[in-house]
Amino acid sequence: MEQGIDASMMDPTFVDDIAAEHGGEHIRRCFACGTCTASCPVREVTERYNPRRIIHMALLGLREQVLSSDFIWLCSTCYACYERCPQDVRITELMHAIKNLAVREGYVHPSFRIQIGLILDHGRLYDITAFENERRAEQGLPPIHEQPAEYRQILAATGLDLLVQSPETGEDR
Amino acid sequence: MRYAFYLGCTAPVRTLNYELAARNTGRRLGIELVDINDFGCCGFPIKSVDHDAALLMSARNLALAEEQGLDICALCSSCTGTLAEANHRLQTQPEVAEQVNVALESAIGRRYEGTIKVRHFARVLFEEVGLDRLQEAVTVDLSQLRLAAHYGCHYLKPTDAHDQFDDPENPSSLDQLITALGASSVIYEGRDQCCGGGILGADEETALAMPRLKLERIAAVGADALVVVCPFCDIMYEFQQRRIEKIAQTRFNLPVLFYPQLLGLGMGLSADEVGLRLNRVKSRRLMEIARAADGR
Repeated sequence: MEQGIDASMMDPTFVDDIAAEHGGEHIRRCFACGTCTASCPVREVTERYNPRRIIHMALLGLREQVLSSDFIWLCSTCYACYERCPQDVRITELMHAIKNLAVREGYVHPSFRIQIGLILDHGRLYDITAFENERRAEQGLPPIHEQPAEYRQILAATGLDLLVQSPETGEDR
Repeated sequence: MRYAFYLGCTAPVRTLNYELAARNTGRRLGIELVDINDFGCCGFPIKSVDHDAALLMSARNLALAEEQGLDICALCSSCTGTLAEANHRLQTQPEVAEQVNVALESAIGRRYEGTIKVRHFARVLFEEVGLDRLQEAVTVDLSQLRLAAHYGCHYLKPTDAHDQFDDPENPSSLDQLITALGASSVIYEGRDQCCGGGILGADEETALAMPRLKLERIAAVGADALVVVCPFCDIMYEFQQRRIEKIAQTRFNLPVLFYPQLLGLGMGLSADEVGLRLNRVKSRRLMEIARAADGR
């Protein structure tokens, strides 16, 4: 059993911030029935991820504990809880809202920094080299053309391009 | 039936067998798949980081299809779900659509007017081609095949984004697509379980425990192959199968087929036309079916 909750850590504005976020609007509807946790295929294989617990921590205002955690990154986005929740808390989208807040407060899972970098460079999650297109040609498939320019513009307009910059030098990786 | 063919990131690099089989079965069934070179990432991986940026990426791709006057037909379930969800939001929330269009016009000079639909290739087969025509197209006997259907998640969820296509608690479209070809679809525990692909990057150990459970449950009832409709599900069940076997200290040796590959085999396409030699877990039985078709 972990330590009890430190009441001085509770931040009542946390739930307001979540509710103001797209996908987080229905967080206060949760009546803690646990249908989400019982339906969760990730919870089935690890106790580290427990959506009911995360929602409860958020409602208690445990901002730092939630946003700095590893467990918020363990939602596989299967939407089982989203479909079953009797209170329409829209948990999958709520988890996206919480992760978005975490990113804004400086907690980005490294795997996502890598993915943003790939999209910035290639407009897709895989680098398309001559090798990939030769393999495709061998199968009679048309080549893939990387078109990263518009992705760069979108990522720059939303400030995400900054997340892949090197924190040491301030330059691109 | 003419669609903007949305390949996504994973299928055209890692699962050429899926793409080949979809193109070759689609062509024979009158589904015209138009390649759009400018398509890129659907936005799915960015949703966790910044949902506004993800929505812009989705809207960009929707706008590209709209410029051609075409609905989207996608191979990857996550692309389908992400684009369908964005489309649903943009079509039902005019104030969001306006904000997105302002941002899209200033960033890349495009607009999306909300006029197209997004559907998965398997859904196009189910709804537009129809089970009767699929049944008629079958020339090869598949009745000896016992197959485990894996729906995955974003093929049908969230259901509001997919206009309630199929039932998330007890889906049947993929089973019907399988049985229409004469093969049988086996019942196994945890059919609706997620492949774990969404967290492979975040926590490999946890992610791999998820397909392991499914492989064990299918092994308990026995099946000739697992049938999937998403490249990422395939990565979890097929590409990762050897590693999962090492962790579980067992052998599953379960072939994984994309539904269009099965369809192609039923229609008498050759092993190469459905990319069967590119499948990692080899199946003598499936190769024999393909060879029998080749020999006719």
